[in-house]
Amino acid sequence: MPGNRTIRLAAIGILAGAFSGLFGVGGGIVMVPLLIMLGLGERRATATSLCAIVIIAAFATALHGLYGNVRLGDAALLIVPAVAGVGLGGAIQQRIPERTISLLFALLLMAVAVELIVP
Amino acid sequence: MDIALAILLALAGGAVGGLLGVGGGILFVPALAIFLGNTQLEAEATSLLVIVPMAIVGTWRQHRHGNVDLRDGITIGLLSLPGVAVGVLVANALPERALELGFAALCLIVAARLLKRALGEPDGEERTAAR
Repeated sequence: MPGNRTIRLAAIGILAGAFSGLFGVGGGIVMVPLLIMLGLGERRATATSLCAIVIIAAFATALHGLYGNVRLGDAALLIVPAVAGVGLGGAIQQRIPERTISLLFALLLMAVAVELIVP
Repeated sequence: MDIALAILLALAGGAVGGLLGVGGGILFVPALAIFLGNTQLEAEATSLLVIVPMAIVGTWRQHRHGNVDLRDGITIGLLSLPGVAVGVLVANALPERALELGFAALCLIVAARLLKRALGEPDGEERTAAR
């Protein structure tokens, strides 16, 4: 199997990349489960996916930029809270059970879906 | 008020990014589309730019803890380019409404996965909350 490793990583990258370019997300949603299948532990899979996302999102931003889709001012507005949130996440994790966070996040995403579906 | 809500969503996106293996992008897109007046396509493109610094900080933190397989991560990232190109091409070709509905479906799929994790029986893999 190790001989196939690069091919498997390429397949994961291409799939995550398509997801990222199409939906504006990092692609961790598809990458993390695939990396776990490849034998990485959950924590390592999440962290490694984050590393890949740096490059994937940079590619996707550049290509969307060529189409003139990127709104720089809005990005600048959200970058500070987004980066601050990364630090906050660690602190939250110490205090709130993961199940509660998952539940709240799921409810938030369902609200977003409704907002998008209802015209 | 709308700007405050957008900032709150971005903060939440950054916070959950590392926690659940689900990136912040899924919250940055609605923050931009719902509260900052972006079209769905603009929101998706702009979200990607917000993801880059967030992922750099997250990777750096995880790397200090020795959790990042840099070689695998960089390999995946560099080889993703054809996929990214196809994704961006399709996003630009699709009508706005299709993008919205597609993104809503993505939200529901991730929500279902999170609900299963929150409400389901704890099994071996999901117990690895010992991050």
